[in-house]
This record gives sequence, structure tokens and C-alpha cells, in this order.
Amino acid sequence: MSMQSQDIIRRSATSSLTPPPQVRDHKLEVAKLIDVSVCIGCKGCQVACSEWNDIRDEVGHNHGVYDNPVDLSAKSWTVMRFAEHQDEGGRLQWLIRKDGCMHCADPGCLKSCPSPGAIIQYANGVVDFQSEQCIGCGYCVTGCPFNVPRINKDDNKAYKCTLCSDRLAVGQEPSCVKTCPTGAIQFGTKEDMKLVAEDRVKDLKERGFANAGLYDPQGVGGTHVMYVLHHADRPELYSGLPANPAISPLVSIWKGVTKPLATLALAGIALGSLFHYVTKGPNEVSREIEEEIEAEDKEAAK
Amino acid sequence: MIRDPKDLKRYNASERANHWLIGISFILLALSGLAFFHPAFFPLTQLFGGPVWARIIHPYLGVIMALAFLVIFFRFKHLNKMTPADKEWLAKAKNMVDGNDHDMPEQGKYNGGQKVMFWALAVCMLLMAVSGLLIWRAWFGFDITLVRLGAVVHAAAGAVMIGLIMVHVYAAIWVKGTIRAMWYGTVTRAWAKQHHRGWYRQVTGK
Repeated sequence: MSMQSQDIIRRSATSSLTPPPQVRDHKLEVAKLIDVSVCIGCKGCQVACSEWNDIRDEVGHNHGVYDNPVDLSAKSWTVMRFAEHQDEGGRLQWLIRKDGCMHCADPGCLKSCPSPGAIIQYANGVVDFQSEQCIGCGYCVTGCPFNVPRINKDDNKAYKCTLCSDRLAVGQEPSCVKTCPTGAIQFGTKEDMKLVAEDRVKDLKERGFANAGLYDPQGVGGTHVMYVLHHADRPELYSGLPANPAISPLVSIWKGVTKPLATLALAGIALGSLFHYVTKGPNEVSREIEEEIEAEDKEAAK
Repeated sequence: MIRDPKDLKRYNASERANHWLIGISFILLALSGLAFFHPAFFPLTQLFGGPVWARIIHPYLGVIMALAFLVIFFRFKHLNKMTPADKEWLAKAKNMVDGNDHDMPEQGKYNGGQKVMFWALAVCMLLMAVSGLLIWRAWFGFDITLVRLGAVVHAAAGAVMIGLIMVHVYAAIWVKGTIRAMWYGTVTRAWAKQHHRGWYRQVTGK
């Protein structure tokens, strides 16, 4: 490849003993901050995503709700999820969450992927799928704590939000950020976004949202897409945003201890067999029994 | 080739074909499965025309192996019932491994070790087939927790099964005169008398 980022800090199915090119490791971590309290649900971000990434999902059906399309797909990398919530005072709140890849610091997809280099993480924190390397096994779907990657039925490759890594590479912000008319989506260094969020949370608290807060779940090491929520104590209200997302223990066992343990055990059996053979020798039919049979045959021939 | 017409028939042609259908599908499954299990084995996917082909082919081979094993399971199940003599054999297995098989108890067509192998493989096959279906995304879309459970079970049971088959293959190499039983069906009378005296008596009437 002629285009080299040389800032890959993690690469699927690759040991840390053989790291990918990462000399440009000084880069600051970035983050997209989605302020749910400012979002009006216009879906401009969905359109900008399709435009910039040049993907056109099939026109679906109206499901009787504003969600359209109704779920993420290989060709819809971000969707707005609309949830109606009645607060303690009986007032209706429309909680609109822009769903998509969270770009975890500890990505379950990358941990699960068996194909070397099909999923990478850049020094700025962005988790990106390298589609040429994708084999279509769906392990990334199994590993993701947020149910984000989707396998495209046409080419059997997994797709998801790239955080517009191509735009970031040339100093631009993601297309959804660029297009958001209310400023609900902001982009910058993760540190800066945390400061912005702090102000927003303070403001929300002053306006009566006592549980307002930043969603940057530590179970996955923090994320590079963060939300400002009015009800940070109950993220599930926002169309099932997980309260404590983490890589499933089943995935950790599968992609953790099982691998070295089983490999060592199998190598042990192979070497054990070899050395058993050369130390104990083969188990041959004894000459004694062969002679017994020969004697019987001679007897019978008489 | 019949080297000696007095050789004893251990497996008929259909049983041998059945065994090798499982054998070849197992070898291909192990090679492609290891490739997805640990990155160190990923280059094995090249044997299948690349990683995408390996991913496509692997589950179909699994279906072939599962069905072929089901047939052999019902064929040999009745011969693999554990008896007190088998337990005695297992208790003395260490002597056997040490190279001293003089005072092993008399064994029928299969010894205690072979029977343990039979049942352990049957359990592994069942686990592999069920967990394999759970993670076969080309055809199925199960609940995510089931898929994750399937992934762990498939990897663990697969590793155990590869270990069991390594032992199975080594035992056949180690005990001379054994492999021909699965190649062309016969064993010498001396082999049978030494290793499976009960079966030897039964088929020769001696």
C-alpha cells in the first residue's frame, strides 16, 4: 500500500510482540461528542454519512416511528433512535440518540477478529475496519458490546462507522459533525470534548436535569464517541444504550486464555508422542505370540 | 491385497470408508479451524484458497463430519459399552504406556482406552455440532449471548478434540500392525491375540 498512516497502535490477530507500524504515536486522542439534549432528530448526520462515505441503503418501510432506517446496516453506519420518556413530573421527553460505532479504547470487535489486520486502531483512538482483509466470519459482531458492526449480504464484509478516518487524516472533522445544524455533534481532542461536556452538564443541571452527565463508559476503556445525557444515571432510556458496557466474559475467555492454553496443550501432546516413541519404542507384536500362531498352523497342516 | 488368508477381518469396506470420510473432514476442519482460533495458524487458510474460502467451506465440512460420525456412532456404540475389565485396563494403563503390556486384562474388540476415546469424541462431536450451528452466520442469527457461548464452546471443544485425535493417531502408529485395520480391513492373528485376546477368541473360536 502506498498510503501509510504509520500510527496503528492495535491490529487484529497480531501479537503485541510484532506491533504494526506506529512511529507516529504522539497523536492526541480524538472524540466525537454527541449532546443528546441539543439534538433535534433531523437526521442530517445520517444523510451526511451516506453522502461522504458514498453508501446508499435500500429504501425501507415506515415502521410507524420516526426511526428511519429502523436499524444500523452495512449501508447505514449511523441512525437516529427516538425514544419517548415520561419524567417524574409526567412531562414527555423525546430522547433522540445518534447510534453508531463508539470507537472503544478497548474494542471487542478488534479483540475477536481472527484475520490479521482486518481491524485496526489508530493512535488517535479511531477503530477502523480494513475491508480487504475482512473474511466475513462475523466475529466482530460477536465481540462488540454495542451491537454495531453489520455484515453486508452482498459481499460478506463487515461495515461500520469509520469516524471518517479519511477526513481526519487530512485535518477535517467527521461529516456528521460538519453537517449538524444545531451543534449537537462536536469533534476535537478527547480532553477538549470532556471540557465541553463539563460545561454542558453544568448547564443541564442548572436547568433541572440533576442526573445529567457524560457517557464515556470505562468498562471498554472509555470511548471515542461520547454522549452528553440528561439522564446519565439511566442510559438504557436512550433506546437501550448499555449502562455498563464491557467485552463479554465469554469473549474474553474465547479470545484470551483459551488460545495460549490450547496451543500449548496441543504442542505438548505432539512433542509428548514423539518423545514417547523414541524413549519407550513401538509396541510390537511379540515374537512369542507369532511363534505360537505359527506352531498352531503347522499343527493344523499335519 | 490379502497377505495371509488367515488374517482376521476387523473392519469391512463400508466401515473403513465411513472412518476415512470422518478422518479427511476432520483434518480439513482442524486445519481451517485452527486458523480462525489462533493467529499463529492463520496462514493455514491458504490451503483452502484463502481465508474467505476457508470461512465458507469450514461449516459445510462440519456438517459432513457430524453426519458421518453419527453413522459410525450407531455402528460401534454397542461395541463400546464399558465393562469391569475395561476399568481394570484403565487402572493399569500406565504400565501399558510404559511399554509393559504383559499383565493387562484380556480385552474384547476395543480396550478401555479406545472406549473412553469413543465416548469423549462423541461428546465433543455433539458440542462442536451444536455450537457450530450457533456461530454459523451464513445461515443462522441466534441471540448474541448464545453466539458468544457457542464461540467459546466451539473453540474449547475443538481444541480438546484435536488433542484426542492426536492421541488416537499416535496410538495407531505406536501399536504396530494397527493401521492396516483401517487401510484394508485385516489384522494378523498374532496382533489380535496380543492386543484384543477376547475378540481373538470370539472370532477364531480358540
